[in-house]
Amino acid sequence: MPVITYRDALGAAIREEMQRDDRVFLMGEEVAVYQGAYKVSKGFLQEFGEMRVVDTPITELGFAGVGVGAAMVGLRPVIEFMTWNFALLALDQVVNAAAKMLYMSGGQFKIPIVFRGPNGAALQLSAQHSQAWESWLAHIPGLKVIAPGTPYDAKGLLKSAIRDDNPVCFLEGEMLYNTKGEVPDEEYVIPIGKADLKREGDHCSIITHGKMVLVAMQAADQLAKEGIRIDVVDLRTIRPMDVEAIAASVNKTNRAVVLEEGWEVCGVGAQVVDYIQRDCFDNLDAPVIRVHQADVPMPYTKSLEKAAKPDLPKTIAAVRKVMYLD
Amino acid sequence: MAAKKKLDAETKSGDVARDFELLRSMLLQRRFEERCAEAYALGKIGGFCHLYIGQEAVSTGTLSMLRPDDYVITTYRDHGQALARGMSPRSVMAELFGRQDGCARGKGGSMHMFDANANFLGGHGIVGGHVPLAAGVGFAIKYRGGDQVIVCFMGESVVNTGAFHEALNMAGLWKLPCVFIIENNRYGMGTALERASAIHDIFERGAAYNMARQQCDGQDVFAVREAVGEAVQRARKEQHPTLLEIRTYRFMGHSMSDAVSGTYRTKAELEEYMKRDPITLLRTRMEQNGTLSSEQLQQMDTEIKAVVQDSWDFADASPELPLEALYEDVYVDTTT
Amino acid sequence: MATKVFMEALSPTMEEGKLVKWLKNEGDAVKSGEPIGEVETDKAIMELVARGDGLLRKRLVNEGESVAVGTLVGVIAAADENIDALVSGAAAPAPAAAAPAPENVSAAAQPATDATPQSPPPAQPQGEASAPQQKAATPPAPVASTPAPQTTAPAPSGGTTRSSPLARRLASERGLDLNAVQGSGPNGRIIKRDIEAAGTGASPVAMAPAGAASAPRAATGGAATADFTDVPLTNIRKVIAKRLGESIGPIPTFYLTAELDLTRVMEMRKAMLELGDEFKVSVNDVLLKAIAVALSQHPEVNAHWLGDHIRYFNRVHLGMAVATDDGLIVPVIWDADRKRMSEISREAKELAKRARERKLKPEEFTGSTFSVSNLGMFGIDQFTAIINPPEAGILAIGTSEDKLVVIEGEAVIRQRVRVTMSCDHRIVDGAVGAKFLQALRRLVENPLMLVY
Repeated sequence: MPVITYRDALGAAIREEMQRDDRVFLMGEEVAVYQGAYKVSKGFLQEFGEMRVVDTPITELGFAGVGVGAAMVGLRPVIEFMTWNFALLALDQVVNAAAKMLYMSGGQFKIPIVFRGPNGAALQLSAQHSQAWESWLAHIPGLKVIAPGTPYDAKGLLKSAIRDDNPVCFLEGEMLYNTKGEVPDEEYVIPIGKADLKREGDHCSIITHGKMVLVAMQAADQLAKEGIRIDVVDLRTIRPMDVEAIAASVNKTNRAVVLEEGWEVCGVGAQVVDYIQRDCFDNLDAPVIRVHQADVPMPYTKSLEKAAKPDLPKTIAAVRKVMYLD
Repeated sequence: MAAKKKLDAETKSGDVARDFELLRSMLLQRRFEERCAEAYALGKIGGFCHLYIGQEAVSTGTLSMLRPDDYVITTYRDHGQALARGMSPRSVMAELFGRQDGCARGKGGSMHMFDANANFLGGHGIVGGHVPLAAGVGFAIKYRGGDQVIVCFMGESVVNTGAFHEALNMAGLWKLPCVFIIENNRYGMGTALERASAIHDIFERGAAYNMARQQCDGQDVFAVREAVGEAVQRARKEQHPTLLEIRTYRFMGHSMSDAVSGTYRTKAELEEYMKRDPITLLRTRMEQNGTLSSEQLQQMDTEIKAVVQDSWDFADASPELPLEALYEDVYVDTTT
Repeated sequence: MATKVFMEALSPTMEEGKLVKWLKNEGDAVKSGEPIGEVETDKAIMELVARGDGLLRKRLVNEGESVAVGTLVGVIAAADENIDALVSGAAAPAPAAAAPAPENVSAAAQPATDATPQSPPPAQPQGEASAPQQKAATPPAPVASTPAPQTTAPAPSGGTTRSSPLARRLASERGLDLNAVQGSGPNGRIIKRDIEAAGTGASPVAMAPAGAASAPRAATGGAATADFTDVPLTNIRKVIAKRLGESIGPIPTFYLTAELDLTRVMEMRKAMLELGDEFKVSVNDVLLKAIAVALSQHPEVNAHWLGDHIRYFNRVHLGMAVATDDGLIVPVIWDADRKRMSEISREAKELAKRARERKLKPEEFTGSTFSVSNLGMFGIDQFTAIINPPEAGILAIGTSEDKLVVIEGEAVIRQRVRVTMSCDHRIVDGAVGAKFLQALRRLVENPLMLVY
């Protein structure tokens, strides 16, 4: 099977969908002439022309709204945010327009749109450019929220997102664009709302998504050397969340660590823990532990940045604690 | 030049049947909203309820210049435009009453009138938030190579929001077939235009976006038709957007919990503006032309009151959605 | 037609308003939409506008006076129109707005999400709805659920014996006494491995008798859905439940039954029918009229219980229970005591018809001062009806039938009907209710008095 980057997997997904359906277009800052700020849309302008690959001014609120308006009357926009940090300027359009249009129109106006872009911290980008937004977005009924961790998942889920008739927020990992993985040549899609058991084990569950899937896999590898078998549940979709997959894993292992890139308070992990206490209460042998970013804006200083981020040692320590090993 | 003359003939008073339709449209909005006020007081309408009384020439004048396949989007002060666009009074009243036969199944209410069949893309509740949507509809029209236009209504307070500027910039930059209509009723809630905007001829803001721009009298339905007619032609034929400032006045408070006068505007000012009631202006003109008798007016009023009463009875009889509808319309269960 | 001027809800949160100033005098001409007064709400001073054309015939509230939303504060009518009936009823708040119409009541009381019976949102396939089931499957303390005599005092959760939920479940399933297990977790918490160690006999544990294990868990089955049908409550059903539940709870009710002789009523009916079909009245019409007249003679039962006071009515607005497909509704015959029998007959029919078609306006089913329920047509001999609060009583009418009775020492056949009055003892004492029934008997057994 061919091995390609996460970036190319995303590009392939959008290209295939644009070839498949001429109502799909890509709009955002630097997507056309510049070939994409992260080169996801490399070659698109030449292939599809400027009506379907549209450079916008720096005007997030404006072009997010243009996307929603176009979706109201039948187009299927893919709106690229250069990063989700900038998308905050556009949240009125995402939350008040895209997410609510179907409901407040009594079912008359669906909004088939994808908002996508990199999410979470890279390296030393400091406070305003190092944030993970999935819990904000997943809070909103009417939105679907996806955060894939591998090239295979990225492509299959982005294709599903573009075909879905609901507004979908698609959160890519800035540090993931260069990661590689197996992606088949033949077409496939991955259903939204289905978690993936990335590793099977019966001692402890790690429930995670997005970039942290890689950390969870490393932790599983390392702990396996001590004979500890980890079940790694990759949520892939944050909303709707695959509660059955979480419950199946935790009911099997009796212990869970919930790992995410974002902050602790009201985070995605808080929701996962709630599902666990509802559905797995009688099978829990230890309190669930969460691993997340420190409750501070991201510092620039290298050592402090490292201390603030969730990482492999913190994840392993959490697993050892729920296993009563320390 | 010939086109201009033709447009003049289309917009000016004189075509008796058409003048009657304009009067009927405006009077329907007036009578309908008078009953809305009553229904609100009786608790049949809840939440926010923003009345349009005094501004009817803007909706009627504008929407009488559109084709059925054109698009309309507006703010939360949307009852008048919904009726002027031809939506059924029954479905609008039922929506106001929160009933299942409302145009949005009772899930939207006063601020969110929608009708896909009328290409009525909704009343929107965040000031300025819907202006980028209008640019998006304009983009979609251009994307598909159609010759429709999108008319976007907004209050004058919208011109101070970022969304307005971002949307108008893109519409100007990409030459989108949009007609942006500022209904300048002088007050954004209780704040006078002069206390909110650095310039007072706000149509001039279009200059920043290389956009055709114009101001007109919003109490004279023919002045509105003329200005909108030109803008629609410009959008349809030349794919060039227009920013139109239509000067009007709301005779009611901002919403139902707002005194009509006293705090931010004087009773004298209100009374002065009420002398230019758009319905009275049109009626007087028709009477002077000899095309409208008092019996005809009386008959029209009686008919309209019956239509409004019928919408009330219909809304009253329509049930609220059953509880199982609570979770409907959050997501659509389809893909392409 | 006269237009009632009500104190309106001029702000969404307003419950009462002060009439600061009248802008029109009695006798002034007013037009619909024209301000006639200024009202101070909880937020601002607002104008109260006319809802109809005519003269402001009557101002019922003085300047500076505060009244509840929905109170009649004035009447607009033509110069020559008789408005006495409207004006004399001013004491009671208007039915449409003062007492919110039942549909509004139920809308406000509708459960938002908690009690929703339907399936959970698609985003949460294992959401709220599954929680109660989990709870049911969870014994409060597994040890306590094991009825083993040798079990020592069960440890309440949070007591000295700490254990994980899993350990508690496993112990319960295996019949282990947790108190006998040594915990190896933090603060001595008993965890899975401790139970497993105990199960292998690695440490001494007390065994529960066979068969006692895991009973609570096994007992929880899925609901047999074929055995019942869940039907969401209609609004009318909710109102019935709320109002009648209120009634049977806090209202100290007693019941008085009387059997009335209908001989003369039947004679009168027959005599009237002979005059022509247009004079046809039913027994029920006569009874309604008689009850209304009796009420006007006994205002002490024509009353409302209003918490800190009793309101006795001078007018008689008779509520008439009507069965509809959706349930019970009580339309009102206003001023029933002053109406002629033919009017009552026509109105009762019309209201019942409209009730069954669900076309009643709120003002047509609110404002009754006393109610009547008739199940005679179902062959019910007698029954007790539930008071429609805040009313003082309700009269239940049974079927009218021929009975063998003894009159002046002779056994004769007479048509009789049994009526039972439910009385709110807070307002009506036994003798008071009995006197009312006495008056009613007098009227029914001498129906000519109804035309006196």
